[in-house]
Amino acid sequence: MAAILKGIVATSVLSSSSDFVPKGVQLPSLKSLPVSERKGGFLVDGSDAKVVPVSNARARSAGRLVAANAVAAEKSAASTASKTGGHELLLFEALREGLEEEMDRDPRVCVMGEDVGHYGGSYKVTKGLAKKYGDLRVLDTPIAENSFTGMAVGAAMTGLRPIVEGMNMGFLLLAFNQISNNCGMLHYTSGGQFKIPIVIRGPGGVGRQLGAEHSQRLESYFQSIPGIQMVACSTPYNAKGLMKAAIRSENPVILFEHVLLYNLKERIPDEEYVLSLEEAEMVRPGEHVTILTYSRMRYHVMQAAKTLVNKGYDPEVIDIRSLKPFDLYTIGNSVKKTHRVLIVEECMRTGGIGASLTAAINENFHDYLDAPVVCLSSQDVPTPYAGTLEEWTVVQPAQIVTAVEQLCR
Amino acid sequence: MAVWLSRSGNVARHLNGKMGSLGILNRSLLSHPEPTHQRNSLPTSPIEQSYRNPAAFLGNSGTLFAVRHFESIQAETHHDSRYDEHENQLLDFPGGKVKFTSDMIFISESPDKRIKCYRVLDDNGRQIPGSSFQPLSKELSLRIYNDMVTLQTMDTIFYEAQRQGRISFYLTSNGEEAINIASAAALAIDDIVLPQYREPGVLLWRGFTLKEFADQCFGNKGDCGKGRQMPIHYGSRKHNYFTVSSPIATQLPQAVGAAYSLKMDKKDACVVTYFGDGATSEGDFHAALNFAAVMEAPVIFICRNNGWAISTSTSEQFRSDGVVVRGQAYGVRSIRVDGNDVIAVYSAVQRAREMAISEHRPILIEALTYRVGHHSTSDDSTKYRAVDEIEHWRSARDPVTRFGKWIELNGWWSNENESELRRNMRKKILHAIQVAEKVEKPLLADLFTDVYDHPPSNLLEQERLLRETIKRHPQDYPPDVPV
Repeated sequence: MAAILKGIVATSVLSSSSDFVPKGVQLPSLKSLPVSERKGGFLVDGSDAKVVPVSNARARSAGRLVAANAVAAEKSAASTASKTGGHELLLFEALREGLEEEMDRDPRVCVMGEDVGHYGGSYKVTKGLAKKYGDLRVLDTPIAENSFTGMAVGAAMTGLRPIVEGMNMGFLLLAFNQISNNCGMLHYTSGGQFKIPIVIRGPGGVGRQLGAEHSQRLESYFQSIPGIQMVACSTPYNAKGLMKAAIRSENPVILFEHVLLYNLKERIPDEEYVLSLEEAEMVRPGEHVTILTYSRMRYHVMQAAKTLVNKGYDPEVIDIRSLKPFDLYTIGNSVKKTHRVLIVEECMRTGGIGASLTAAINENFHDYLDAPVVCLSSQDVPTPYAGTLEEWTVVQPAQIVTAVEQLCR
Repeated sequence: MAVWLSRSGNVARHLNGKMGSLGILNRSLLSHPEPTHQRNSLPTSPIEQSYRNPAAFLGNSGTLFAVRHFESIQAETHHDSRYDEHENQLLDFPGGKVKFTSDMIFISESPDKRIKCYRVLDDNGRQIPGSSFQPLSKELSLRIYNDMVTLQTMDTIFYEAQRQGRISFYLTSNGEEAINIASAAALAIDDIVLPQYREPGVLLWRGFTLKEFADQCFGNKGDCGKGRQMPIHYGSRKHNYFTVSSPIATQLPQAVGAAYSLKMDKKDACVVTYFGDGATSEGDFHAALNFAAVMEAPVIFICRNNGWAISTSTSEQFRSDGVVVRGQAYGVRSIRVDGNDVIAVYSAVQRAREMAISEHRPILIEALTYRVGHHSTSDDSTKYRAVDEIEHWRSARDPVTRFGKWIELNGWWSNENESELRRNMRKKILHAIQVAEKVEKPLLADLFTDVYDHPPSNLLEQERLLRETIKRHPQDYPPDVPV
């Protein structure tokens, strides 16, 4: 049930990132990830090879550290049809794989958080790691988020590369002081003497009846903090790649995972790969409208895309992935092509990522727009516990279809 | 070699035998009566408590700290582990075995006697006979004194400079020179220091020059912080002194993290973090002590209890017996020290460092002192405290004078040395200020660097816009900031 794609379009759309595809590699046709929703989790039908957006050293900004692996690109490109390359795993396993590879590679990488040690983490992202690396490197902390985040800052300033796991992103509100005042600022205020290469990660977003306090979208609150980077993963492939990139980054990075996406299954390459923290992902190239989304909403958008295609529309879907800074290059190219933008996010209307993205697009690409930017977000209400009500606070595919129809009139 | 005398351990007072078992007993777990004669006079045997606080007072040997209780005791006959030797039932709750008691007893909220304060020199700089301490050589003592005078002079002159409008802000360490310098002297350069903001003396001891201090206060091009922080927010990687961050107590959990890092690397060093009495109310303080204890991290927590948190006195800050008692609540070994006594501070910090590194444990040191100056140049403390109180501490209880008397008594210092030192120091500092005042400020580009490792596109764009604006309105742009 893959969406129909134009293979050539895939190549030309990706020409914006042509730096990243090694010469001589034939890009396969890009298939999107179909998603069928089931009770209690998501399942991905079939496995699809992906174009490996391999960034090499000639990345746009100087000094971005990403592994170049031309062989990997070629290999996975070749294995599209055969489905024999790579291995299948769930998103939380992909995160763990990335984490483990980085811990193997660099002895300074360590993990701290509640129940990450012998319990393996609330979502099993750190399962087995304490046994392998010892309980000093995978550290169980008492319940004091501000304090163990502070601890990670201190450890980072002393030379370690800690990864802080928030059991739920919402709890990181307690760590706001350390994240904002110290994590983001100390590199600057110390005149560059101390760096804070930490990764703060955890599940956020609206789950299944987790209650208001556990259904928060912290990316809205953190986006203003200077000095930090924010990325959101949405597939096992980008989860692993972003985890590795975040760990290798010298800046503090907040990696947003989603509670409902941990059981997504996908086939990912066996070879090592690292993604770029500042790049958006082209999910489905198109002509009529640019739909910008991230995290779980990507799947709602893709579901709506199926309906839209049947109705004769050709949406271009971009998973922005990088929430701070925005990949205005990819986004801009898309806007210049389609002239219509729809943002689909899970954040609340006020002050969310969508709000900032709308402003950025209006400021930078105003001349290319044929219609005002439309942003679909959650309402400005605490997430109710009742399942039916909760569902209506999250943007649904039907709303996305309607919005596109209106936008493309 | 230090000689640690057997001071009385933590023995609670025995109870008045005439009290019924249901009386509320004002039992102090932390007082220090003389135990020896009491022990022999009682027909009862002690009941063990689960607390032990031996080494702080007794070097390496431990003592158990006992509570006396009048109960009829039977001789022990069996070895059932559910019962102790006195047939009191033990219960296995999570956390270990506890003994039952049928007496409903509330632990008192305050001890009868406050924890005693360790001091070596009396108010006149004379060594108290029989005190245990780490002896200081002449060279070390003179160096300590020198730095204390430097700090004191630096504070005076920089404060004046702020009043004259030459720098925008300053914060003195008046009255706390002993804590600053003596503690620094007991540490090694590898020990990582996480300060609050009233510890520039530690940096001074480690070799930060007067020029560097002045550069930071003026925020000029010579500042290793690149002019980004407000004055007195010093930070120097090469001196292992983490950059000061204004919010209170945020450095405490960071200290635990740094200690964790040292522990992973198995370094022969510890972390030392400073904070005031006010910081002990912050959540971070409690979590940091707790974490440090659980993680067995080599951190020394030095609390400068100077009586005031801006205008909040300690009686409004907490109701416990100061800060030292909190250590035990978290399982952290602690001591209370006379913060204005150089030798006491030096000895305590040195011993604490030994214990922290060899035994992998945190130590809490409460250094009692007084904040002689205002909180900062933005404060006028005469508004909330008596002027004669301030004066008393400034003159009669000055730690610099006190230590000065000691070195004088030892024949290592004279009045001529004193006036020469002060005169020279004043000249040097004034000179440093005059020079720093004229140095250029950091480049405009430094507004945008170090936010990330490399400036991203949005910051480059913002810098471009700013430069355009400056070009258009050059008269509005300050002349001493190079573009």
